[in-house]
Amino acid sequence: MSLLRELLFPLIAVVAAFIVGGILILVIGDNPLQAYGLLFGSALSWPVGIGYTLFYATPLIFTGLAVLVAFRCGLLNIGAEGQLYIGAFATAWVGITLANLSPWLLIPLCFIAAILGGGVWGAIPGVLKARFGSHEVINTIMLNFIAVALLSYFTQYHYKTPGDPIMQTVPIGEGAHIARLGRFIPGLPEFIPLNLAFVLALICCGLVYLFLWRTKWGYELRATGTNPSAAEYGGISVRKQIIVAMTISGALAGMVGINEVLGYRYRYYDGFSDNYGFTGIAVALLGRNHPVGVIISALLFAILQRGSIPVDAFTEHVTKDIVQVLQGTIILFVAAEAFFRGPFAKFGLLNRSKV
Amino acid sequence: MAEIFTISLIWSTIRLTTPLILAALGGMFSERSGVINIALEGMMLAGAFTAAAVTYAVGSPFVGLLAGMGAGMVIAGIHAIACIRYRADQVVTGTAINILMIGVPGFLSGAFFLSSGSTPQIPKEQLIPRTPIMIAFALVPIAWYVLYKTPFGLRLRSVGENPEAADAAGVPVARMRYAGVLLSGILAGIGGAYLSIGQSSLFTRNMTSGRGFIALAALIFGKWRPVQTMLACLLFGLTEAVTIQMQGVVKLPSGEDIPVQFIHMVPYLLTIIVLAGFIGSSRPPKALGIPYQKER
Repeated sequence: MSLLRELLFPLIAVVAAFIVGGILILVIGDNPLQAYGLLFGSALSWPVGIGYTLFYATPLIFTGLAVLVAFRCGLLNIGAEGQLYIGAFATAWVGITLANLSPWLLIPLCFIAAILGGGVWGAIPGVLKARFGSHEVINTIMLNFIAVALLSYFTQYHYKTPGDPIMQTVPIGEGAHIARLGRFIPGLPEFIPLNLAFVLALICCGLVYLFLWRTKWGYELRATGTNPSAAEYGGISVRKQIIVAMTISGALAGMVGINEVLGYRYRYYDGFSDNYGFTGIAVALLGRNHPVGVIISALLFAILQRGSIPVDAFTEHVTKDIVQVLQGTIILFVAAEAFFRGPFAKFGLLNRSKV
Repeated sequence: MAEIFTISLIWSTIRLTTPLILAALGGMFSERSGVINIALEGMMLAGAFTAAAVTYAVGSPFVGLLAGMGAGMVIAGIHAIACIRYRADQVVTGTAINILMIGVPGFLSGAFFLSSGSTPQIPKEQLIPRTPIMIAFALVPIAWYVLYKTPFGLRLRSVGENPEAADAAGVPVARMRYAGVLLSGILAGIGGAYLSIGQSSLFTRNMTSGRGFIALAALIFGKWRPVQTMLACLLFGLTEAVTIQMQGVVKLPSGEDIPVQFIHMVPYLLTIIVLAGFIGSSRPPKALGIPYQKER
């Protein structure tokens, strides 16, 4: 019953959001079935559609995991956006500065840079909360803007090719490139930027699961999230857990940089993130803050993102903004779960599941 | 250095401060009632788009302004119903609204104006460059009076500090919170409308560019009080105005432009510092973010 419930509400939220989106499409004079058909049909076509969908899912898995870890400790990390930028820039910085190193050394160093960069940026609001009690939500919002400004400064004044009109750094060394999956999968063309970072994201899902549910540290982190005063009473340092959770959360967000810089653009591109950090909140929530759920909902949001391109092109009025409309509506419905609980309880569907 | 501190700097500061004051005072009513409002950005976007679209269609900026207020209120209504009636997480709902409002204006302008996210130009004589400024600055003493000198203000503050006690004293907690959140939508809507039909002459994609969050920062920096919040808005408006005036005028000794990025950071850094308690303490309303459920 509990598994059913875990699946039921996210599913209802998604369906409800698609109905709302469908009504909107109808209102502006297009055919919702045609639009949704285009959306899913193109995003799930082999090999280009699926390749891009998995590529888009990669950063969302990382940010979804980031939000999940913080959430399990009772924290809301809406700073994944800033953390992933710092991680991406850090990894690009190593890739540029140590460009001539052997790949066997350079790639691990670049990975560490992404993890450390995001981790440090995530640790700041953790420390601020643990030390001064200031709310992580406000601090992470502020740190997002600070990260964007800081990196735009470094890009513009220190790491840009002189004269380049685009706000991007010089390229990283070739030794820092990680392989695209097209090289290993027959039929998947190599121009699709789906790369090893996707595999890394799946591995991280496993690691996060093992950490949270199979280790003592994970137990302490979750205990803090469930009931901080009981955890404190049981000998767990809540302040330490807050810092640990925010650091891990930031590190996971920072790994978006591996996908973006080492696997896709091979340089840092100012403002590259398409709201990955905020979508991560949706991914984690819809995925019920579980690693498996994160994979599934990251795939759903990636399908929306990929599928919106042909919808934009081949319908009369619908633009790719339909993605944000659906995303926002899904989060609203997931957040206001009680909205659906009422009618369901009325029909006696949830009566015996009061756990 | 002297050439940037001119009358035009003062004027520019006032213009840049106006949307911040409107949104921040709105945020104040919502947060003082106990509902976190990080959706100010989304509400401003709703106001900005609707005001521009309606002004373009009807030809009257005052109808446009009213429509902008209405749009802000509708979006605030969604936030309020989710947070108050369905006790959703207020930060999550706010994030959802912000994401939604990145999409909705683009979605609608694609349909109505066949554009990719902006409205057509509005003729100059149909703009209202002054009215919202007067509204904003007049609202500061009004907000102060309402918050501290009227029964409404007392009730609003009481449900934000201690809803149980307020409820016991007969204050309708939910209704007060609805009022607070809806007011925030109306004011943020005016702030957004000012951006599209006051400062410029059309709506462009994501034209608030973070002003809702700067307003939130000003609200915290101003310790959730009207006059201090206005001063914080003026400070943040001034930093932005100086940034704009400096560009291409003031140079580093090496002959390069001064990196504006560091000036952009000022509001955000100040907020973190004040929230950590380094410059006096900024204490949020006690019940901020906690849904209230009446005991049965």
